[in-house]
Amino acid sequence: MYSRYWVVFSLLSLLILTTGFVQSWSFALGLVAMGLISGVMALGLNIQWGYAGQFNAGVMGFAAIGATACVLVSMPWVTDTMVQGLEQLSVDPAVNAESIHKLEQDIVRRTNAEHMLWKAWLIGGFGAILAWFANRLLRNRVSVYVRTFLVFLILIGSLALFSAKLDTAVKVIEATGIGDDSKYLGGLGLPIIIAWVFGGILAAGTAWLIARIALGLRSDYLAIATLGISEIVIAILKNEGWLTRGVLNVTGLPSPVPSVSVLQSEPYNLNVVHSLLANKLAFIFVVATFLAFFMWIAHRALYSPWGRMMRAIRDNEEAANAMGKDITRRHRQVFILGSFMIGCGGAMLATHVLQFEPAGYHPLRYTFLIWVMVIAGGSGNNWGAVVGGLLIWFLWVQAEPAAAWFFAVVGANFASESGMFAALLSERAPQMRTLVMGTLLLLVLRFAPRGLLPAVTPRK
Amino acid sequence: MKLLNALGMSGGYGGVDIVMGCSIEVDRGEISAIVGPNGAGKSTAMKAILGLVKLRQGEVLLDGENITSLSPELRVSRGIAFVPQTENVFPSLTVEENLEMGAYLRRTGVDESKEQVYALFPILKDKRRQDAGELSGGQRQQLAVARALMTEPTLLMLDEPTAGVAPIVVNELFDQILHIKETGIGIIMVEQNARQALEIADFGYVMVNGENRYTDTGKSLLADAEVRRTFIGG
Amino acid sequence: MFFGVDVLNAMLWLFNFLILPAITYGSTLALGALGVTLVFGVLRFANFAHGDMMAFGAMVSLIGVELLNGIGIFTYPVPLGLLLLPVAMVSTGLLAIMIDRTVFRYYRRIRSPPVVVVMASIGVMFVLNGLTRLIKGPELSLFNARQTFSVGEVNTAALAEQLGEQAVRIRTDFATNTELIEVSEPEVVFFYVSEFRKATGLSEGFGLDLLQVVTVVLALVIFLGLFLFLSRTRMGKAMRAYSDNEDLARLSGIDPQRVVAITWLIAGSLAAVAGTIYGLDKGYKPFTYFSMLLPIFAATIVGGIGNPQGAIVGGYLVAFTEVIVTANYKKVANYILPDGLDIAGNLQLLGTEYKFSVSFLILVVVLLFRPTGIFKGRVL
Repeated sequence: MYSRYWVVFSLLSLLILTTGFVQSWSFALGLVAMGLISGVMALGLNIQWGYAGQFNAGVMGFAAIGATACVLVSMPWVTDTMVQGLEQLSVDPAVNAESIHKLEQDIVRRTNAEHMLWKAWLIGGFGAILAWFANRLLRNRVSVYVRTFLVFLILIGSLALFSAKLDTAVKVIEATGIGDDSKYLGGLGLPIIIAWVFGGILAAGTAWLIARIALGLRSDYLAIATLGISEIVIAILKNEGWLTRGVLNVTGLPSPVPSVSVLQSEPYNLNVVHSLLANKLAFIFVVATFLAFFMWIAHRALYSPWGRMMRAIRDNEEAANAMGKDITRRHRQVFILGSFMIGCGGAMLATHVLQFEPAGYHPLRYTFLIWVMVIAGGSGNNWGAVVGGLLIWFLWVQAEPAAAWFFAVVGANFASESGMFAALLSERAPQMRTLVMGTLLLLVLRFAPRGLLPAVTPRK
Repeated sequence: MKLLNALGMSGGYGGVDIVMGCSIEVDRGEISAIVGPNGAGKSTAMKAILGLVKLRQGEVLLDGENITSLSPELRVSRGIAFVPQTENVFPSLTVEENLEMGAYLRRTGVDESKEQVYALFPILKDKRRQDAGELSGGQRQQLAVARALMTEPTLLMLDEPTAGVAPIVVNELFDQILHIKETGIGIIMVEQNARQALEIADFGYVMVNGENRYTDTGKSLLADAEVRRTFIGG
Repeated sequence: MFFGVDVLNAMLWLFNFLILPAITYGSTLALGALGVTLVFGVLRFANFAHGDMMAFGAMVSLIGVELLNGIGIFTYPVPLGLLLLPVAMVSTGLLAIMIDRTVFRYYRRIRSPPVVVVMASIGVMFVLNGLTRLIKGPELSLFNARQTFSVGEVNTAALAEQLGEQAVRIRTDFATNTELIEVSEPEVVFFYVSEFRKATGLSEGFGLDLLQVVTVVLALVIFLGLFLFLSRTRMGKAMRAYSDNEDLARLSGIDPQRVVAITWLIAGSLAAVAGTIYGLDKGYKPFTYFSMLLPIFAATIVGGIGNPQGAIVGGYLVAFTEVIVTANYKKVANYILPDGLDIAGNLQLLGTEYKFSVSFLILVVVLLFRPTGIFKGRVL
């Protein structure tokens, strides 16, 4: 069994090394970083699928929530940036008089808008609490219709007040700012590592909500429900510009490691190539530390009393239920733990590309590709998830140049007949990725359903 | 050579034999009843005859022809009809459509068969436009038997046809089974209701632990004090 | 203005912006949900590849349209994409059968748990997605895109007569200094909103075009045809029987291979129709079809999984709810409300961007309160 691990890891190393030698080392390290991040997400999914058989088709949503945390936690507060901008401009008041005036006005408007935003949420929250209390208080006192009607009235009323205030505030927030730091609230300006953890917590919180609604459902229903939730999450992130800057994207997310330009100056003084490699290596180190920690948790979870119960439930749900184990509760815990890791992975991903792009989330790439990683790596095996993350990411990236090369060869044969055909083919090369991934998934499911590194205890 | 000779059948699910050297026979116009305690392998023996259970040993001869290696579908086309104990109708199809599905493989004479079946089970004619899922337990069993008859079988196998049927309807159902027998069809039935089953049966098989314990005519088995005491109760 | 006109205006608005869009969208959803529900009834799994099957069908029609338009064949006033439907239906149906033979049949034989089959359908989704993007690209393409010909390539006079003078333009390409003929096929519109408005003096208009009518009529014809097939023909009844009770169907001599093949043929054809009529209206874009999976699944589950009538009702139900919840009633309110009480802001429950959450909410409500759906389908 362990020889299989050696073969798989050697093969992976060989692939990375070859990429390093043939293409470039920076490219190869980028692959490793993304592979490890994918591994974190795959690990989270693998815990849900492998430990509890949960069909989570909403990986994209959790990942995007994690990425949102990067914005909310680590980006600067836009009004603060504006104040700083004002200070800079004030150095030369005569030249910048007009800009200073506008900025001053904007800051006032914006501060008011911010206050209004908090009030809106206070009203909304107060309305929700009021509705909850009314529901509690009126239970068994008035007829269910009267109660429903009253609660509904409170909710609608507070919703109307809430949205009226919110809309006005949002209009101002989405219209003001300075440079790229504009058109949204900004964040708390805290270190990005905190954002990663917070991203996991946000995702876990969402998972808790979903678990309350949908976790009792059978596998296919859960898949459809989570697919829906992930679409809704993306819709929210795309459209609530005041929070996430929407389709305008947030660029310039901070990184946990020194940037290339820092590495090139004092005290490091590295050259261009080395600074690039050092930056990537450092990032890989940070991600790998997180991944190792998660692997340890996942491992401990499986071999602790809690994990034994989990495995018992997985292997025979009815028997475990008959023994008085609270299956729903365990399933909820697993779902939340897995989603925490996926959220963390999503935050790392956004950090790696240094930007948050809500419109870029596509279920094929962010949900189903992670599924391919889990299935190909070996459902239920945590090492399998990591290997799957690295290997499938490698294939996903390399499928494009491979297809381009292939099409170039094929196209050359047709070139004399129709240059357009060849051009068309090379233009379509990126689309080969999905085709390759689909074929791979189908082949694995058919011929090696337990994946590259099969789990030790076979799933029933 | 009888219509059906199932000889020395041994087999079961997943390598564990449930029937062990069990033999069952029936001829045209005869009823063979298989009775015995729970878990004796009665239903399994019947499923083995149909080919739903793989045999390790023994053979099944239909009209002298060895059908041991045929699939259940092919056996059905050779004239064996089977009425499962539960889930034996198509609930979202109407009664009439259920009958038509019974005659799926036939192109001719479907209407005549339908009329014959309706003559035997008049209640089905009244309810022919209703969904089978809306029928009562007894009506559903009648429809299940009727559907099987639509395949124009030479051998009809019934798995506990009276299970879950009201006592009044049980008598009616046994009457109808006797009518079916008179048309020259061989019938094998597994029954919990041992006394009534043996009363109408030409042959009875008392199965215990996958083996034939007693084999005799229905009347002699009912007369046998040992059988009465152990398996029929009084 | 007297009261009656305002009510008329409000009703016209409701028809144009609520009822008509909901009916056409609902028709597409219903056709899609029918395919999903049939596959579920017979094969017992939620087919995640259905959206991409719709994309494939639409792509086949689109390529046909582009090829024929490209050699100067226009079928105005009938949309060419509609005439090519049979081709799209047959090819998508055959594709579905081929996929079943290569992928799904194996899992049936080894009696896999449904979740594995769903996973396989995700694999198929990937492959089809890659295939359509590879062949036609991921961008939006229109069924009536403008075609460009060089002079002499087409009979300009005949085209002008067929499509109208305005549809055919001659343009000089200054880069190569050659004359080009540009042809853009017009849409067939029965009532223009602006003309209606002018003729009646109302502030709301009444608009109706051929595609809307065709969508609804075609959907109705297909529903009727499918029901006749399922209730009257031997094969149709066998399909229902197989979906009810697989083992008993086998014991009745119903050939599973044939039932499965016919099911895929029908599901594929329905997907092609749904995909094409949606594409004719809104343009072809592969990702859109994937996004329609959610409302389609919602429609299927609301109507009761495996239940064709339910799928149709569910399709319209989801479409109407979506449109009703995301419509902006500001105009209606201002017509109905007395003058001087005008609403300045938006009167909208939910922004259009959040229309997917409507299908999702419907889904959750049904799953929590009536898991078998309105028409008592199966529970997954």
